[in-house]
Amino acid sequence: MIVNENVALDHGLKKDEYKKICNLLKRVPNITELGIFSAMWNEHCSYKSSRLHLKNLPTKGTRVIQGPGENAGVVDIGDDDAIVFKIESHNHPSFIEPYQGAATGVGGIMRDVFTMGARPIANLNSIHFGSPQHKKTKNLLRGVVNGIGGYGNCMGVPTIAGQTSFDESYNGNILVNAMTLGLVKKNKIFYSKAAGLEKPVIYVGSKTGRDGIHGASMASAVFDEKIEEKKPTVQVGDPFTEKLLLEACLELMSGDSIIAIQDMGAAGLTSSSIEMASKGNLGIEINLNKVPCRETKMTPYEIMLSESQERMLIVLENGKEDLAKKIFDKWNLDFAVIGKTTKSKKIELYFDKKKIADIPVNILVENSPMYDRKWKKNKLPKKIKISKKQFKNLKIINVLDKILSNPNICSKEWIWQQYDQTVMGDTIQKPGGDAGVVRVHGTNKAVAASVDSSAIYCWAHPLSGGKQIVCESWRNLVCVGAKPIAITNCLNFGNPENRENMGEFVECVQGLGEASKYLDFPVVSGNVSFYNQTKEVGIKPTPTIGGIGLIKNYENMITMNFKKVNNKILVIGKTEGRLDQSLFAREILNEKNGPPPEINLFNEKNNGETVLKLIENNFIKAAHDVSLGGIITSIAKMCINGKKGASLKKPKQLIDPFEYFFSEDQGRYIIEIEENNFKNVTEILEKNSVHYDDLGTVNENELIIDEKSKLTIDELMKSHTSWLTNYMGK
Amino acid sequence: MNSSVITFPGSNCDRDMDVALKKFGFKNKMVWHNDIVLPKSDLVVLPGGFSYGDYLRCGSMASKSKIMQSVINFAKSGGKVMGICNGFQILVEAGLLPGVLLRNKYLEFICKNVFVKINNKDNSYFKNIDKETLELHIAHNEGNYFCSKDQIKKIDDNNQIALHYSDKDGKINENNNPNGSLKNIAGIFNKEKNVLGMMPHPERMIDSSLSGEDGSIFFKNLINNLK
Repeated sequence: MIVNENVALDHGLKKDEYKKICNLLKRVPNITELGIFSAMWNEHCSYKSSRLHLKNLPTKGTRVIQGPGENAGVVDIGDDDAIVFKIESHNHPSFIEPYQGAATGVGGIMRDVFTMGARPIANLNSIHFGSPQHKKTKNLLRGVVNGIGGYGNCMGVPTIAGQTSFDESYNGNILVNAMTLGLVKKNKIFYSKAAGLEKPVIYVGSKTGRDGIHGASMASAVFDEKIEEKKPTVQVGDPFTEKLLLEACLELMSGDSIIAIQDMGAAGLTSSSIEMASKGNLGIEINLNKVPCRETKMTPYEIMLSESQERMLIVLENGKEDLAKKIFDKWNLDFAVIGKTTKSKKIELYFDKKKIADIPVNILVENSPMYDRKWKKNKLPKKIKISKKQFKNLKIINVLDKILSNPNICSKEWIWQQYDQTVMGDTIQKPGGDAGVVRVHGTNKAVAASVDSSAIYCWAHPLSGGKQIVCESWRNLVCVGAKPIAITNCLNFGNPENRENMGEFVECVQGLGEASKYLDFPVVSGNVSFYNQTKEVGIKPTPTIGGIGLIKNYENMITMNFKKVNNKILVIGKTEGRLDQSLFAREILNEKNGPPPEINLFNEKNNGETVLKLIENNFIKAAHDVSLGGIITSIAKMCINGKKGASLKKPKQLIDPFEYFFSEDQGRYIIEIEENNFKNVTEILEKNSVHYDDLGTVNENELIIDEKSKLTIDELMKSHTSWLTNYMGK
Repeated sequence: MNSSVITFPGSNCDRDMDVALKKFGFKNKMVWHNDIVLPKSDLVVLPGGFSYGDYLRCGSMASKSKIMQSVINFAKSGGKVMGICNGFQILVEAGLLPGVLLRNKYLEFICKNVFVKINNKDNSYFKNIDKETLELHIAHNEGNYFCSKDQIKKIDDNNQIALHYSDKDGKINENNNPNGSLKNIAGIFNKEKNVLGMMPHPERMIDSSLSGEDGSIFFKNLINNLK
C-alpha cells in the first residue's frame, strides 16, 4: 500500500503530524511504519493533550517508591513490603462490547501490576452509565458487571470496592475504570527499562491474533453513527491464560533472569518494545516471523498493531532462555525469542528476511506531539436562592425514602454479589463500606482502598470538583481507620480539541493537584481518557480517584455499621447548610444550578487527622463520611448496615432541618462513641478546634428524626436495596 | 495428619486451603496436577477456582489430569477426598460423586454468606459438630446441583446429602436456595461417605476478621475426627 497524506488521516493522524513524520524520517514511511506512528502518537498512548498539565501534579512523598511513568505506581508500606497500584479506563471498548470491553479492562490493569513483580491482591472499579431510562443502559450494566466478574473471579483476585453512577451524559459513552493493587517485596520490583546489548527479547503468553487492531486509536476518537463497525477493534479476554501468565511470571521473577519486562497493552508489541528501548536508551531488533500467531498470513502491520491480550515482552539475561522456557512450558504458555537489544537506538523489524521498518526510537517517543490546547476558564456559578417555602409541602421521611432509593445512592448489592470478594482469604472489609480492606497476607497490616468521583460537582465547577474528589477519597480511607498514602487517577473527559472540555480537564487537574499536595496524598500513577464523546455531546467531566491507605494493625479497622444501643452519635465538622448541587436540590427541588460545596483544605485535613487520632485512641466504634445525600443519608446507611436505629436530637443550630440534614458540606464525618467516652472525645475535638454536633444515640431498630418522623430499619432497608434489583428485573 | 491439596492450572483457592489446613494442624503438601504419585495423605483436597478456565464444562478437563487417577484410586480404597466449589465439580466429572452442577438459576455469579444445615453427621467430616447449621461463604457461577430421579432416590436412600442451603434456624425452602439446587443441596457424599463435595468455602471463614468463623469449627472438628 502506498502511504500518503490521506492514508495518514485514515490512521487518525493530523496533516501536520504526518508532515512531521516525513520530516523526521527524511522520507515517506511505509505502511507498517505509519501504523507504528499512529499507534504511538494517538492520544491514548502519547498523552499529547494532557502531558503539559499532568506535569504539575504532586508525585513525590516519603512513601513513594515509583511515581507515574512506569506500568504502575509503587508505595512503601513498611517492613520491606510495597503496594503497586494503578487505575485505568476501558471506556470506549466497553460501550461497543460491554462484556469483553470490561473484562479486558480488568485483565489489562492486573497485568500492569504483576508486570512489576507484584501479586494482585485486590480489584476495584468505578463504572458509569447513562440514564436508567435509556434503552441501552440495562444491557450495558449487565454486560459490564458480567465482564468484570468474569475476568476478576477467574483470576482469583477479590473485588473489594467500587462505585456505580447513572447520568444521562453517559448515554452515548459509558465509563469503565478498573483498579488493581498488588503486593511485592521492595527488592523484587521489576521495571520496563531495558539494559545491556545483545540481550534476548522474549515473547510470552497468548498467541497474537487479529483482535484489537487499532484499539488505542479507536479510544482516541469521538464516537459517531458508525460505532458498530468498530467492534473488531475490541480485544477478547482469556482470564485463564492470564492466570497462568501471572503464575509463570512470578515464578520466573523469583530468580534473577529478568532485566526488563513490559506487558503488551494498548498498541501491543509496538508500544511495549518501543517503551523498553526508549527507557533503556537502546535499540531493539525483532524478527516478526518468530512471533507466535493465532491466525495464518498475518502481516507485519497486523502483528505490530494487534492488541491481543495476555502477552508480555521480556528482556532476559543471556543464557537464561532455557530456564525461562521451562517455566513457561510448565504453564503451557507460548515462549519465543523474537529479537535482541541493539546499540542502534532504532526499532528495526524484519519479516521474511526483509527489513520492513527502521525508525529511531527517539522520534517515536521524545518527538511525539505535545499540544498546548486552548481552554476556557470556568467561573464559579452564582449561589442559588432556595426559598424555604418550597420545604413546606415536604416531609423529611418521604424525602429520605426517595433519596435512599435514588439510583446513585441505593445499594449496589446486585452488582457486587457477582464479584468474588473473599478469595485469597484476606478481605476484612467488603464492598458497601467506605473503603475495601485487605490484610497484607501473614502480617498484622492491612491496606484500604477506595474509588471515588463526583462528576456533578466537577461539571458545576471543575476546580472545586477536582479538589472535592481527592478529599472524599481521603475521608473514605480515614473512615476505616487507614492513614491515607497515595492516589492513582483516571481522568475521563470529552473532546480535548473543544475549549470547554479542555477547560474542564485543566481545572479539574489543577484542583486535584492542589488538594493532593495539601493532604500529602501524592499521585503515583494514572491514565487519561479523552474523547468520551458522541458527535457533539460529551460526558460530564469525571476524574476518578483511587486512593490507598495503611492500617498498621488490622484489628483496629473501623466499619460504618452502628454497633451498640445507647452509644452516642456525633457529627464531626461544621454544617453550613448550603444546598446548591446537593442531591436534595437536584432530585427533590429540581434545581440543577449553583456551585458545588466549598472545599476548605485546612478543615479537611484537620478533621480527618483528628478522627484518625480518635481511632488510634480506640474511641470510635463506627464511622462514615457525609457525602451525597447529606447527614441523614449517612445515618440511614449506618443504621441499615448495623441493623440498629438512631434517636436524633433537633440540631442546635438555627438552620432549617432540610438544610441541616441534606446539605453536602464537605469535611464531615459521623462517628459512634461510647457514652462514657463523650468527655474524652469532645476534649480532643475541642483541643484540635474541630467543630462537632451531638446528634443523638443509637437505638434498637428505628430511625427517629423527631416525634412525627420515624422509619423502621426494615423500611430504610427496603428503600435502599430494592431499586437496583427491581431495575434489573429479578 | 497429612493432607494434600491438588493445584490444577486455573485453581485459585489452593493457597487459601493450604493456609486453612495448616492453621488447624495439618501437614499439608501442594501437589501439581501433572504429578502421578500422590504423597502419603490422610486427606486429599481439590480446591476451588477455575481449572482450565471452566471453558469446556466446569471440572471436566481437570478430571482427566494425570494426578486424578491416583486420587480416584485413593478414594476407592477408602481415602478421604474433599472437593470445594470447583473441586466439587471435578469430583462429579470424575465420577466419584453422582449428579452435575449446572449454572446458577439466575445465570449470575453469586458471592455471599449462606447458612447450611448439616444433614448427615455420621461421617468423618461432620461427626461431633455441635451446631445444626453453619454459616459459610459461597462464590460460584455453577453450583446448581442436579441429578436424575433415580439418582436422587439412591442419594436419599443412602443418606448421601451432606448439606442443604437453609436459613439460620435450619429451615430449608426456596427462599434460602441461592442457586436453584435440587433439594437445596449444597454438598453430597459418595455412598461410602469418604468423598465429600460441597460448594461453600469453609477455608474463607477461619478467623473473626473474615466473613465468619464457622469454617474454623469445620476444620478443627475434621482434624480431630481423622486422628
